[in-house]
Formats: sequence, structure tokens, C-alpha cells
Amino acid sequence: MNENKVLHSVAALFDTPDKIINAARKVKDAGYTMFDVNTSYPVHGMDKAMGLGQSKIGYVTLFFGFAGAVFIFLFMGWSMAINYPYIVGGKPFFPYQAFIPITFEVTVLCGSIATVVGMLAVFFNLPFLSHPIHDSNYIKEVSVDKFGVVIEAEDPLFDKNKVVEFLKNLGAGKIEFIYEPEKQAIKILQPKFIVFLAVVAALTSFSTYFTLNKLMYIVPFNWMDNQKKSNPQSETNFFYDGYAMRTPVEGTVARGFMPYPFHEQALPSEPLANPTLPTKQILKIGQEKFLTFCSPCHGNYAEGVSRLMGQFPPGPTLHSAKIIGYSDGMIYNIITNGQNAMPSYAYQIPREQRWAIIDYIRVLQRAQNPKPSDFQAIKELNKESGKNVVN
Amino acid sequence: MSSTEIGYIRKELPEKIKTIGLTLFVVGTALGIIGFLIDPQRASLSYLVTFMFLVSIGVGSLFLVALEYAVGADWSTPFRRISEFLAAVIPFLIILVIPLLFNLKYIFPWTHKSIVDSSVMLRGKTPYLNVPFFIIRSIGIFLVWWVFYYFIIRNSRKQDTTKDQYLTKKNINISSGFIPVFGLSISAIAFDWMMSLEPNWFSTIFGVYYFSGTVWCALAALTLIVILLNEHGYLHSKIKSEHYYTLGLLMFAFTVFWAYIAFSQYLLIWYADLPDETIWFMHRWVGGWKVVSLAIVFTHFIFPFFYLLSYNVKMQAKKLKFIAIWILCAHFLDLYWLVMPGMSTNGYQYSFSWMDLVFPVAAVGLIILIFKSLSHKYNLLPIGDPKLQRGLDFHL
Repeated sequence: MNENKVLHSVAALFDTPDKIINAARKVKDAGYTMFDVNTSYPVHGMDKAMGLGQSKIGYVTLFFGFAGAVFIFLFMGWSMAINYPYIVGGKPFFPYQAFIPITFEVTVLCGSIATVVGMLAVFFNLPFLSHPIHDSNYIKEVSVDKFGVVIEAEDPLFDKNKVVEFLKNLGAGKIEFIYEPEKQAIKILQPKFIVFLAVVAALTSFSTYFTLNKLMYIVPFNWMDNQKKSNPQSETNFFYDGYAMRTPVEGTVARGFMPYPFHEQALPSEPLANPTLPTKQILKIGQEKFLTFCSPCHGNYAEGVSRLMGQFPPGPTLHSAKIIGYSDGMIYNIITNGQNAMPSYAYQIPREQRWAIIDYIRVLQRAQNPKPSDFQAIKELNKESGKNVVN
Repeated sequence: MSSTEIGYIRKELPEKIKTIGLTLFVVGTALGIIGFLIDPQRASLSYLVTFMFLVSIGVGSLFLVALEYAVGADWSTPFRRISEFLAAVIPFLIILVIPLLFNLKYIFPWTHKSIVDSSVMLRGKTPYLNVPFFIIRSIGIFLVWWVFYYFIIRNSRKQDTTKDQYLTKKNINISSGFIPVFGLSISAIAFDWMMSLEPNWFSTIFGVYYFSGTVWCALAALTLIVILLNEHGYLHSKIKSEHYYTLGLLMFAFTVFWAYIAFSQYLLIWYADLPDETIWFMHRWVGGWKVVSLAIVFTHFIFPFFYLLSYNVKMQAKKLKFIAIWILCAHFLDLYWLVMPGMSTNGYQYSFSWMDLVFPVAAVGLIILIFKSLSHKYNLLPIGDPKLQRGLDFHL
């Protein structure tokens, strides 16, 4: 039956690496160009004996490696600096130093995958999946302990009898004719294969679903996990509406709650009265909170000169006649609701502390515009304690 | 196996080389002494750069020799002797370090009591960074290197006449001991002689950084000398471009390794952004040093990387010779960049001085002299080594 087939090549087997190197050199010298050598392990010096040039696969690696590097670098830059500008760790929007490790990894990844895929594509002669010599005794021998050379029929110098004679003269052990197989297109749409894919898909889906939704919820021991009680945010049939969590009775007031009637009103008509007395203790709280929350913009002495000058909208001085003229309740409204660029501090500073801050602001204002009676009071204090209280 | 079997014909190196080496050495040393008289601080630091360069070549070469023994490589056996000759710098280190030991006060800020007292960190480091312990440590490490050098090289030379294979086995054991010792001691030397120039700063990877440069530099020196000798037929006709290719490959690998280590050091400091760590890079970025820093990135990584990437370059002796000289210069620049910016007397400004170029001239002269006198006494090929034939027959 072999007579009907097309001859692909003539293969010859040799016993030692030295013989195969010699054979390869002779085949090359005889002028054959379309031949190949198969050995079960790399034989040094073979490239030279076969007269092979430098492999071109390096250029594939180079191109894809650099393409990957450029792509990922630009992609990171685009996503971090253009598409969704976001500061990470106080670095600039385009922190190229941080991109370098990933660029390096992607370079290696793209380069190596492209190399492997490129070699497979060339070797298998894609889209065909088999090479004629794959289905031969020859390949079985050279995969174990023999060394072989193949001269292809497409070679311009090819002549069946001459080649056989030539290889025999080189000391070949066994000679095999390799025929072209029937060309097979990739039969990806075979019913068998499609059924196989469907079964794999069904099994994968089922096992994933079973693992993630059933298997992992099987409780080995019940201990005190299951109790006859309702947990927060869960369902219950004990109450008519099905919620386990109950809403408070209408009119319930939380402990410590103080109603505030002027939410979101910039300048309410009826300001509140200050419920605190400027005692030493209250002023101390006021000072601490003022320095924490107010001083970054208004300055340590409320003079409007602060350490954030020039970076944020400047906070005005609190020593202007307008603000001195404000009532305590008015300032309380401003702290609570915010004004212009100033945000609301209602959630950061509790009610009592806001009033304490106002007491402290009043002290700062008084210190900037002292009355003669204040000097008198200081003098008396100095006399009493024998120290300089002002300093 | 006699030398005729291997096909090595021993030839004397021309006397001209000795004259060149002697001239360079004498001129460099004379100018260097003048430098020490004019400006001892500048001269000490310039001398330190060159001294570290000699350490790189010497101990790096001994590392290459030990590596060959330890891993059983045979491709490099034909030019192991060249590395051995270069490693002969090691015994001289103990003498060469003396001018530095007398000038410690010009080099290291931590030798000044007033500076140490002003810094909590330096007071804490005093048990390690003090002059007596520093000198003991340095001399001790140089002696340890010298002992390893002595035994490895003695066995290697003995083999030329006795052809005793057991000596190779002995050297494998010594080399396996040397490699971990080398790893620790090169770190200690890098910490002591270069990192402590700015004693408040610290980086644990600094020793590895210096190690990567050391081996890179030793490989470049080896490549350069092998190609020069082989071109004029002093080595062996069987040493060919495939040997060169492998040397080029290793140089390429260490180019990338250096970049990896250098960038690892930079990235962590950049991320954390702590003032007492970034100050080291700030000293290398302001006051004229920015150009040098960028030049390091280019000369030490970008150019050698792309140049050595090509197969053809690694196969051609001429092109490899060029990159070997380039690498030697780049490593010198790297050491200069590590040492010089710490000099505080001129306000951390970059300033050029003729002294920076005087000492390397003397160093090159010294290496040539050592090489010439050793090549007069010993073979350029380890003719008794059992691996030599395989090394000569090396194929890719």
C-alpha cells in the first residue's frame, strides 16, 4: 500500500554522537539543504556540523519582550495618571519607579510565552498538528538511544536511490522511508469532541457550584452556632413585618441627645445661648480642641496666619470687629453647619467641646483687646502670687 | 598528559609590558604622594576609590577561581590562571591599606568624637564603628582572603608539575569553604569602607550591591586579558569565540544582577521616603552629582545591557574587548559615586580633582607588573588540570 503514498523523506539511524556529527557534516557538504537531525539529547557542535545559522527565535523573544514592557508601562501610566488619577502613598500620579518591577515581570512573561509559542508554531507547522516523522519507527528509536538524520524529498538534489546509497556509505545502521500522511485538517467540530467539551463544562460547573455553595457550608460541629434566637439583620417570623431588628418607639430620645433646631441654616434668627461657664477646666478643653481643629486654618492665636497658608483657602482672623460682635450662638452655628469654605464640624467635635472652643475664642479675643481693668487684675494676681502670671 | 599533548606552547610576554607597567606605577605613585602632601583629605578619598577597585579585581577574581572549582565548570579552565594572576592583588591589599589606616580621620566622620557625640545613632554604633575594631576587622578579613588565596593558588600551581588530580579535589573543598566566607567578608568590607562614609545611613543590601559590581569587574578584567593574550597567541589556538561568548554571557548576567540589586535598594528607599534613608540619594542628586548618578544608570546598566544582548557582539573578540574596558571604567565610576559624595568639606558639591585619575593609573601599573612577573614564573594555562582538555574542546 506504500506505493500510493507520497515519499516525505529518507531517514537513517546512527549509533554514536560522533557518527551523527560526521554524518551531518557530510550531508551538508554533499549539498543537501532540506535535512534535519534528531537526537535524544543535545549534541554539542551540531549546529556547526549542520551549517545552521543563528536561530531567529531570539528576535521573537526580543520583540514580544519589549512590546510587553512598553504596553504594561504605558498601561499603568494611563490607568494611574489619566483614567483614574489616584495618589498612592503620597507619590506622584505617575510613579514610574513603582512600575519598574511589574514592567520587568511582564517583559519576562511576554518574552518567554512568545518564545515557547513561536517555537511550537514553527515546529508543528501550525495549523497542522503532526509532522510526518511523528508516525514512524525512526522517531521512536531516536527518542531513546539512537541518532538519526532525515533527508527530505523536497530537496532539489533528492534522488531516492542515490540518497539511500549515500547514507549507507556514511555507516547508517538502519534506513527507513517516511511517507506523507493524509493531510488532516483540525477536526475541532467533531461530534465526539463537542460532547467531550460539554461534559467537561458540565462537570466543572457542577463541582465548582457544589464546592463553593454546598461543601464549604457543611458544618463539622454545631457547638453553640445554632441557637433559637434572632441575630441582627436577619429574618424572623416572630414579628409581623419579618424583621429581626426593631425600630425604636416613636418619640424615643437617645441618651445625651440635645436637639438642634438650625440644621443647614447659615444665619438662624434665634441663636442659642452658651450653656457653659468659662472655667479653667472648660477653657483647657477649648484650647486643646481649638489647636486641634481650628488652628490649622485660623492660626494658633486665631490671627488668620496659619501653617497651611497658601495651600488651603486662608481662614480669616477671628479678631475682626464683625466676629467679636457675633453672639456665642452665632459662632456655634458656624462651627456646626460650616460657612463658605469651612466644612461642618458637627460630627468631629461633640456639642460641649464646640461651646468650650467658643469660650476659648472669646479668651483669645479678649487677650488681643484688653481693657484697663484687665491690667489691673493681672497686677493684683502678680502681687498675690509673687510671680509674673502674664508670662 | 604532557604540555605538548595539550598543544600549549609557552611564550614569554614581551619586556615592553614591564616598562609600561613600571612607568604607569611610578608616575601614578609619585603624583599620588604629591596629592597626599597637598590635600590629604581629597587624596585619601581618591585613594579609597582605587583601593576598592583593587579589592574588586583581586577578590572578585579569586571568587571566579573558587566558583569554577566549586561548580565543576570546565569551559573556564583554560583561563583560570589569568584570574589567579589577577587575584595576586590580594596579598598586596594588606600593604596598600596602610596609607588609608593612617588617614582614617580624613575619611570617616565617625572617627571624630564631636560628630559621634552629637548623634544618638552614632553613639549606638560605637561598639562596631571604632578605630581599633575597624582596623582589626579589615586586616583580619584581608588575612583570611590571603590564606584562602595562598592555598588555592599553591595547589593549582603545584598541579602544573605533579599533574596530581587529587589537588583538584582538595581545591574544590577549599573553594566551597571560601565562597560563604567571601559572601560575608565582602559585605563587611563594603559596610566598613564605603557605607560608613555616611555613618547615619544604612542599607542591608549594600554588601550585595558591592558584590555584584565586584564579580562584574573581575569578569571584565578576565575577558579583556584573555582576548588580548589570545589575539597575540600567548594562550591556546583552541580558545575561540565560543569561550568569549560564555564570558560575555556572564558579564551580561551580572549587568542585570547589578541592576536588580541597585534598583531593589533604590525602590525600598523611594517607597518609604524616610529622611534618614533618602539623604544618601539626595547627596547623589544635588550639587552636580545628578549627572554622575544618571551616568551610572547609563554606563552601568542601559548601555552594557543592550550591547551585550546581541549574540554577534558576544562572539566577536573586538567588540567584547571594548565592552570589557567599558565595564572596568563603569565599575570605577560606580565606586567613585559610592565614595565621593559623602565628602562633606565642600558642602556635598561635586568637584573634580586631578587626584581622582592619578591613583587608578598607579593601580593599572601595579596589576600589569604583578601579571608580568607571575607570567614569567608560571604557565598561562593550568597544564596539569584534568579538566583542561574538556575546557579547550568546549562547544556551545
